[in-house]
Amino acid sequence: MSGGHSTYTPKSGIGRWIDARMPLPRLVHDSFVSYPVPRNLNYAYTFGGILSIMLVAQILTGVVLAMHYAADTGLAFESVEKIMRDVNSGWLLRYLHSNGASMFFIAVYIHIMRGLYYGSYKAPRELLWILGCIIYLLMMATGFMGYVLPWGQMSFWGATVITGFFTAIPLVGTWIQELLLGGFAVDNPTLNRFFALHYLLPFMIAGVVVLHVWALHVVGQTNPTGIEVKSKTDTVPFTPYATIKDAFGMIVFLAVFAYFVFYIPNYLGHPDNYIVADSLKTPAHIVPEWYYLPFYAILRAITFNIGPIDSKLGGVLAMFGAIAVLFFVPWLDTSKVRSAVYRPWYKLFFWLFVANAIFLGWLGSRPAEGVYVALAQISTFYYFAFFLIIMPVLGIIETPRRLPNSITEAVLEKNKSGGAGHPAGATASPETRG
Amino acid sequence: MKKILTGLTVFGLVTAGALGAALAQEEHSAAEPTHFPIHKPTQESWSFSGPFGTYDKAQLQRGLKVYKEVCSACHSMDLVAFRTLEDLGYTEAQVKALAAEYEVEDGPNADGEMFTRKATPNDHFPAPFPNHAAAAAANNGAAPPDFSLIAKARSAERGFPTFVFDIFTQYAEGGPDYIHALLTGYDEEPPAGMEIAEGTHYNPYFIAGKSLAMAKPLSDDQVTYDDGSPQTVDQYSRDVSAFLMWAAEPHMEARKQTGFRVMAFLLLFGALIYLTKRRVWSNVAH
Repeated sequence: MSGGHSTYTPKSGIGRWIDARMPLPRLVHDSFVSYPVPRNLNYAYTFGGILSIMLVAQILTGVVLAMHYAADTGLAFESVEKIMRDVNSGWLLRYLHSNGASMFFIAVYIHIMRGLYYGSYKAPRELLWILGCIIYLLMMATGFMGYVLPWGQMSFWGATVITGFFTAIPLVGTWIQELLLGGFAVDNPTLNRFFALHYLLPFMIAGVVVLHVWALHVVGQTNPTGIEVKSKTDTVPFTPYATIKDAFGMIVFLAVFAYFVFYIPNYLGHPDNYIVADSLKTPAHIVPEWYYLPFYAILRAITFNIGPIDSKLGGVLAMFGAIAVLFFVPWLDTSKVRSAVYRPWYKLFFWLFVANAIFLGWLGSRPAEGVYVALAQISTFYYFAFFLIIMPVLGIIETPRRLPNSITEAVLEKNKSGGAGHPAGATASPETRG
Repeated sequence: MKKILTGLTVFGLVTAGALGAALAQEEHSAAEPTHFPIHKPTQESWSFSGPFGTYDKAQLQRGLKVYKEVCSACHSMDLVAFRTLEDLGYTEAQVKALAAEYEVEDGPNADGEMFTRKATPNDHFPAPFPNHAAAAAANNGAAPPDFSLIAKARSAERGFPTFVFDIFTQYAEGGPDYIHALLTGYDEEPPAGMEIAEGTHYNPYFIAGKSLAMAKPLSDDQVTYDDGSPQTVDQYSRDVSAFLMWAAEPHMEARKQTGFRVMAFLLLFGALIYLTKRRVWSNVAH
């Protein structure tokens, strides 16, 4: 889509001078002003923009917090409390940062679900999807290490449990764990390296985001119909159309973010993390941050040995497999049709998958005992079956609905049939339609 | 396709059945419960709850009095500085006088000696025990927890679906509710057949077991109130819970007030952006 030649014309002498030497303004213009986007994008497509402002917000608040934070087991907890009590607006910075992490994950989950629903990963967008998966992995690492920094009870015990996973790997497991910890148990070297990496990884995320956006601008955005852009009438320029729509999505999202920060800032955290880390006192239930809970449930669902693989290694493999499988989605889905809009059965299984993932999250917060284990096993089975069985098989046996010939046709068809109940559709009243 | 549908139905029924079994399993025997607290704390009404909540300064002052005269014998409050007590409505001079009631260790002086002096507003509440081991030794092996953050570090589990509603009701008072319930929960008798370990005290509101090392700390008329508030265990508990919430979250009022401005701005700005968006898109069917 961005294959078309640039429409940027510098207006001033300085503009021409810069353009001849280092055409950054041209790049920005071509990427965020004249860049054509499908005209039928809905609000699910605003989460890319939302995620980029969340990344910037996290980096900005994080850099300032780092100025007041002390990465030392004897000082860390108190330094965070000093930020909360004595640093000017420190409570705001810290709540923005801790809740911002949660909001970042809410946004990324919606973004990923959007991709799965509209088949955004299909050719030619496989690399775009994989780069997204890499960003998600980096986010998980960053979030995990960030949670350790306040040095509360859940920080310490979460770190102990999660680094303990690596010991399940045969031969090199213990070596990897000790490398991560900088010793034999979670201690000062662990805190120091986690702080260093927690500061580094967001910039690596930013780097991969650049690649992600680059790849996006080469292949262009998908859209709810899943039909590629065919003519100029299918698209509108990024500015003002996508800019203003993204801006509205961002403000609604920021309102939710602000609601958490100002009214229930500790809702998404765990009370135990307000107790300073104590290596001699294990909390009753060690639970990770909410955004890892589905994977935690999968980890604990494997309570049986599979041949030579014992249950511990099996759990770790299942957990990492649950993320790894995302990388193969472009090739697991065999359907010729991209969007779930035209795939009634896929749509059903997709929503089941979403409900199942939320259910897994809830199970992850429960103790791994009794019936919860059996439920987690059923849910884990569906999680993998969705990718490994349903996606490949359904693509072959499902009869999709009739596809429109183009985005424009789909849009006009929708507006003809009323588009009732869709606030955006209502705006295109006949009098003002160009 | 019909088979798939049948399969799904079966899956759904199995899940529902299993869930029912899970919930049934949670019903524990009265004599030997396995989940704590045995009773959930009641939801009290607090002046600081909700989007416009503020601390009741008179209540915080009473709570401070209870802390000073009762709790502080065993519980430290390391993170709270005297200077911050001005939030409770005290003047600078009053805070100075209040701090001066305490002795703190300082030094070394020019001769290399440690010495004690009267505390100043910049000092923090001195701890009742010199270190963790001493605190544990004096208290039957269980060191009394520090109180600086206790109101945020304790909260009974809310359970499904309450935790979903909590988002909309802005419930963030799990800490004070818990503290109040614990302090007023000592008078209940343990059910017949329950064994209470030697040296511990039954309290069905305790978060980590059926009994705890701390004996009932408050009794009626133990602390004298100057403002005519009832001198009951319930009132003491309520006041000290509020005080501890303030100690854990001293900037809560500023947070909620800033929040109102931020939300109002976002609402207004969002409305304007939405109108602009409609205008921009009005000539394009989408």
